[in-house]
Amino acid sequence: MTPSAPELAVKSSHIPRRPKITPPKPRKDISTPTIALGEIPNLQILNEKGEISDPSHEPKLEAAELLRIYRAMVLTRKLDTRMLTMQRQGEMGTFAPGMGQEATQIGQIYPLTKKDWFAPSYRSFGAQLWRGWTIEGLMLLWAGFFEGFEVPEGVNDLPFSIVVGSHVPLAGGIAIGIKQRRDDAVVVTNFGDGAISQGAVNEAFNFAAVYKAPVVFVCENNGYAISMPTDKQVATPDLARRGPGFGVPAIRVDGNDVLAMIVATTEAVQMARAGDGPSLIEAVTYRMSLHTTADDPKVYRRDEEVEQWQAKCPIARFEKYLMNKGLLDPQAIGRLGDECEQEVLEARTRFRERAKAKPREVFDMMYEELPPELEQQKREYLAKLDRKGVQ
Amino acid sequence: MPKMNMVEALNLALDQNLANDDRVCVLGEDVAVDGGVFRVTKGLLEKYGEDRVIDTPLAEGAIIGAAVGMAVYGLRPVAEIQFSGFTLQAFDQIEQNMARLRHRSHGRYPISMVMRAPYGGGIRAVEHHSESREAYWAHTPGLKVVIPSGPRSARDLLHAAIDDSDPVIFYEPKALYRAFREDVPDQPQKIAIGKAQIARQGTDITLIAYGAMMRPALEAAQDLKDLHSIEAEVIDLLSISPMDTQTLVDSVSKTGRCVVVHEGPRCCGIAAEIIARINEHAFEHLLAPIKRVTGHDIHFPYFQCEQHYLPDADTIIEAANETLQYE
Repeated sequence: MTPSAPELAVKSSHIPRRPKITPPKPRKDISTPTIALGEIPNLQILNEKGEISDPSHEPKLEAAELLRIYRAMVLTRKLDTRMLTMQRQGEMGTFAPGMGQEATQIGQIYPLTKKDWFAPSYRSFGAQLWRGWTIEGLMLLWAGFFEGFEVPEGVNDLPFSIVVGSHVPLAGGIAIGIKQRRDDAVVVTNFGDGAISQGAVNEAFNFAAVYKAPVVFVCENNGYAISMPTDKQVATPDLARRGPGFGVPAIRVDGNDVLAMIVATTEAVQMARAGDGPSLIEAVTYRMSLHTTADDPKVYRRDEEVEQWQAKCPIARFEKYLMNKGLLDPQAIGRLGDECEQEVLEARTRFRERAKAKPREVFDMMYEELPPELEQQKREYLAKLDRKGVQ
Repeated sequence: MPKMNMVEALNLALDQNLANDDRVCVLGEDVAVDGGVFRVTKGLLEKYGEDRVIDTPLAEGAIIGAAVGMAVYGLRPVAEIQFSGFTLQAFDQIEQNMARLRHRSHGRYPISMVMRAPYGGGIRAVEHHSESREAYWAHTPGLKVVIPSGPRSARDLLHAAIDDSDPVIFYEPKALYRAFREDVPDQPQKIAIGKAQIARQGTDITLIAYGAMMRPALEAAQDLKDLHSIEAEVIDLLSISPMDTQTLVDSVSKTGRCVVVHEGPRCCGIAAEIIARINEHAFEHLLAPIKRVTGHDIHFPYFQCEQHYLPDADTIIEAANETLQYE
């Protein structure tokens, strides 16, 4: 028997009629100027088929450099995939996969030197590896071991923070410090499309512009802030135009084209180093995987959409370019893939050796010196561990 | 020895630190050309230039975020938030970055910075200009919180705060900015953050206060002696976090009676923490329940009523008497 429908539906007669809106007539006594939004330049060098679509901007990189870039993207993908397996097997905590964003990641970091600074968001495996973070360090971190956060020696990076966009003002602060010291370092900071709505990010744009601070803002527009598509996040057709409003020059780049990312970031870094202030790069890319491992994207996006973006895969695209140049063939691709996989697996072994919780160290790094009250709390805590036989 | 008010003493501390350490810089709204709305940073721009005395756009979150970034880079920024009511705009940066970055970076980036802000009532100000929210910061791991009670302690504490390797919230009782003058020596007295001071010795009861509440506490102690021959010991807390538990416990162990005074709301206020610690460490010495004289758990009244809201000497004396008469 079909149950009768509950009387929840609002009867049409209860819906107030919307009054018809008559558009106001333009005033004749006041002549208004045209209010308009500015245009933002676009950059793509390598199209989806791996062909050069903008020869004037093709970078003249040596073969070894091109292969180094390719390898970094493959390694990033291998780590991402392995981490997902480890998470599903219970060996990894919740983490934010970056599959599909490899070109954005490697391109934005490529022009930096060791003395430069990088303030990443949490979805930054590729860039972090390029900067010198170890694979096992990143595994430790996402598996819930504090020592994974240890910034490697000689790497001028911030450890990422989890609150979206909250690290971006710090990048501006580092850049203000650099400027004050007449240093010629620059800062690159990245964040997602969701972060563009955060006050902290907009405040950071303004600060950087006012002080002409040497910082490059990279907005990785990967289409979604968890479930929220970018076109619902903002009312503008792109995110790059946030920049000019603050006096920050901006460009919109095909984020799945590593050459375009390298070229745009190189220019932005040069501007910053020359004292010409900050800039904003919107990297248009796609989160091919999950927001985090706790996410189910099927709830909010269609498979066809994902398939369309798979065809735009940044690695496949660059691979075709390198094959056309005669720098790669299928065997080399296979060999390089295996090598990267092996590198990840070896790091996993090192991770497993180090993956031991150190509950006796939780009071460390709180202060330069523990105040007496905290010393007391630490003694109580350690006594509890002793009673429970926890080492 | 020159007599200075608190504004001049703070200015001296900033001046000397800017002169002695080129990593020190000052940033905030109206701090450079204007010299700060309370004139604490007056004249510093002319001496140290706009690279080190920095007027910022009006965005408290970015002021603290930028200061944290500067500290990461190796500078020692002293950020001014114009009124403590506006520190809430920066709450996220304080909690996320200022308090946590040493820890998050596994010790790589200690955040040696100071956030100065005027706090407290008593200057007939508009909404959000009179609050005492030091308990928020005392509740936040990773921070230190200090509050001076006069020109001299302001100068010495600010030196200590700038010297400290950890982030310090430096709350200035704005009612005291120009309230009185004290001798301020040329060179600061070295004091450690985390130490309270016994402002007046006594044997019968302990009065614990800090900031602008030190004056009514000391006035109450004098009246208790003059009118009732009661010898009250008065402790100036100075450091809210870490708190000098030992000095508090020693005093109450001696007197057996205690009144704690602060302007901020009572619920989960600093007095609650002080009383808990005394209970933990000196319970057997107590002769009476500890009383609190504090602000109420209401929004700070508009200024025509603020004199009734703020604790005063009379209220402290009444609380002391109740404590003394308890059997």
